[in-house]
Amino acid sequence: MLASSLIKRAVMAAVTLFGVAVIVFLLLRVAPGDPIAMMIGPGASAEDIASLRAHYGLDQPFLTQFVIWLAGILHGDLGTSISLHRNVVELLRERLPATLELAIVACAVAVILGGSVAILGTWLRGRGEGAIDAANGIMLAVPDFVWALAFVLVLGVFWQAFPLSGRIDPSIDPHFTTGFYLFESIFTGRFDLTRDILAHMAMPALALALPLAAIIIRILKDALSEAMLQDYVLLARVKGMSELRLIAGEALRNAVGPTLALTGVQFTFLIGGTVIVERIFAYPGIGSMAIDAVINRDLPLIQGLVLVFGALFILINLAIDVAVAALNPRLRHG
Amino acid sequence: MSIRGFAPTRRQTLALGAGGLIAGLIGPQGRARAASDTLTIAYNVNLPSFDPTVGPSAVNPTIQAIYRSVFDQFIGQKPNLAFEPGVLTAWGWNDDKTKIWMDVRPGVTWHDGTPFTPEDIVWSLQRAGKKETGNPIQFVWVGIDNFQVDGNRITADMKQFDPTIFKWMAFLTGYVLPKAYYEKVGADGFEKKPIGTGPYMVDSYQGNAFLRLKANPKYWGGKPAFDTVVFKFVTDATSRVAEIESGSSDLTLEIPYEEYDRLKAKKGLAGVATPISDIGMIFINNEGKLDKNVRLAANYAIDKQAIVQRLLRGYGVPIDTLEAPEYEAYDPTIKIGFQPDKAAKLMQEAGYSPQKPFKTTLQTTRGFKPKDYEMIQAIVGMWRKVGIEADIEVYEIAKHFELRTSHKLAPLAFYNWGNAIGDPSTSTGHAMFGPSPHSSWKSDDLDKMIGPLWGEKDEAKRIAGYKAVDRYIAENGYVIPLLQYVQPIVFKDDLKVTPNISGAMQPTLVSKKS
Repeated sequence: MLASSLIKRAVMAAVTLFGVAVIVFLLLRVAPGDPIAMMIGPGASAEDIASLRAHYGLDQPFLTQFVIWLAGILHGDLGTSISLHRNVVELLRERLPATLELAIVACAVAVILGGSVAILGTWLRGRGEGAIDAANGIMLAVPDFVWALAFVLVLGVFWQAFPLSGRIDPSIDPHFTTGFYLFESIFTGRFDLTRDILAHMAMPALALALPLAAIIIRILKDALSEAMLQDYVLLARVKGMSELRLIAGEALRNAVGPTLALTGVQFTFLIGGTVIVERIFAYPGIGSMAIDAVINRDLPLIQGLVLVFGALFILINLAIDVAVAALNPRLRHG
Repeated sequence: MSIRGFAPTRRQTLALGAGGLIAGLIGPQGRARAASDTLTIAYNVNLPSFDPTVGPSAVNPTIQAIYRSVFDQFIGQKPNLAFEPGVLTAWGWNDDKTKIWMDVRPGVTWHDGTPFTPEDIVWSLQRAGKKETGNPIQFVWVGIDNFQVDGNRITADMKQFDPTIFKWMAFLTGYVLPKAYYEKVGADGFEKKPIGTGPYMVDSYQGNAFLRLKANPKYWGGKPAFDTVVFKFVTDATSRVAEIESGSSDLTLEIPYEEYDRLKAKKGLAGVATPISDIGMIFINNEGKLDKNVRLAANYAIDKQAIVQRLLRGYGVPIDTLEAPEYEAYDPTIKIGFQPDKAAKLMQEAGYSPQKPFKTTLQTTRGFKPKDYEMIQAIVGMWRKVGIEADIEVYEIAKHFELRTSHKLAPLAFYNWGNAIGDPSTSTGHAMFGPSPHSSWKSDDLDKMIGPLWGEKDEAKRIAGYKAVDRYIAENGYVIPLLQYVQPIVFKDDLKVTPNISGAMQPTLVSKKS
């Protein structure tokens, strides 16, 4: 059952991705802003403009452009960036790991922070719960980019605890073989680099993590409170188990399922949030590249980026569905 | 394992490890001033591409500071916009102005140590003139043909006389690239490992993050002041302020004027704010049904000095033509001035009043230039008092370009115009000449005045001609010049910074105070 469901989901994912490709292609062609008009110099004639348009293949009819682009995708070619003069696939391969690492670290921070506070809140029950709920409300209400700016001022300027920009200190030549700097530095035992990379990642990751942590706190705390009323918890309490062990050891196991599923879904939104946060911290991922691509109306690059974002969303959701199905026997067996 | 009876459990070990990592992370991050042989600049734009002759970055004035660090332009330019010998030591025309000649500097080497030759100049000019390379200024370079090399002298035919050709050699896409190296590594290879003849060599690059340059010890102009220069690409203005305030960068630019005033007053920091070759203006579309009285009233009703003082904290220079004071055809005798009574009278003559206003649309960017939207709001308020009611329509810069090239701008449209070579053809000329894709006002009377100036061989006559054009434009209100922008630069006070009127903040203009 699981296998057939997976095949069905994979086919649906391919169809969805094709739909994304069609929509983004059409939207970009009707959206205002002409990449050629952006780059022509003073004195250019109508012929010069037409010549540049032809140079970038923008003189072809929409359908022809789309067919060429689609054929390219099938061959693993997303075209050449107008502003960066480089192969789009190559650019994405360089930048995507930075964004993925940032998103994974942010997600981990959110899970640890959110999980800890939810357990603490359940443990305190009534004693300091109000303060936790208030803090949680603030974390939820303030968007990630506002957190980012606040961290720049507090942690970057006043405390000077973390570097303000970039992914690694410009004086370092890391010579990594993959784009996954953090993971590679850990796996190769270059912990001096790990420290530098984590320090650069701290503020953007925290800014991205806080809103997600707030969601985790809210969902997990409710689930834990409900679990704490169950008979098996009562029995354990009668047996003399400490309150903290009851929460973390017994109730958490039953409460964590829906929270993890929700965290997975929220992870996709977190990746979307990297666009602005990467910009603020000059973090070289696909988010900051996306903004430049839009400003320059770099059509091949925008198309490639949207496809990658789309594929990531689909893959993550697919993985969550599979994980949930695998964990839940009722879903696993249809 | 235990140390003096302390035998941590697995959980305790993990907790200790995590604690240690966090403590290490949030410990002091070495905010000490960068090594004195390193200059770190929090730069306001990203560097998309290393090829200074292709694509949108080739015509982005701000990126030229980076290009000029790595490459040499054919002809050099001083911070006051005057031209100076570069890899070309001398240049000129033949008597009948059908040919040009250029003398190439001997003894120059590329960053890879290979000799720089006249063939590099010829190849670079020929390449720039080829349509298939995608050079956005190709139409300028295509006019040079039939190159001849004799020793260090290059001669070439000009298909038609262009009085600005040598100025373009110090302007957009006017860079010398290495013929042999480029042909060997190709466009992709050049992007990955670019070389030039400039004062700095590319050492490390991470797009959207930083560019690290190291001094070219064999630079023909002498070894630069800093061994290492780091451009951090910090496109967010708030983050740039944080960079300089925290001491993470030694210099930054293009920050809000409020922040400039605050930062330069701080201990350890200094600032310089200089008018640059970038002006703010309002295009008038000749199809926008603004008659002469309305156009002139729109000009007279604007209190530019008040806008500069109140919105830009004094950082701006009101202008009356499209020529800034540093430009060649600047004529201080052309005055429009703030004359609200005259504006009201002109509107009355046109049949309008504050009670019965002339209705129109004014397009503007928002946040693209300092206080652009606020400035337009103030102007609309000033216009309302004399009987012009303008609806503000915000557009993105990409939309502006699209509308401008297709001659579909609103009757009034705010934009900025850069002219780093200060020639009138690249300000008034291209902005107001009807056939230009950049003009919004298109009329035969103006075209008849500007047209002959494109090929005028007598330089004094050409400049005088443009001054006459500027006066005629002011008398007819064909455009609304607003102000010359001021570039704020903040830096550590142990540095000496020479501002560049072109706006290109080149590392070679920064030195250590002795």
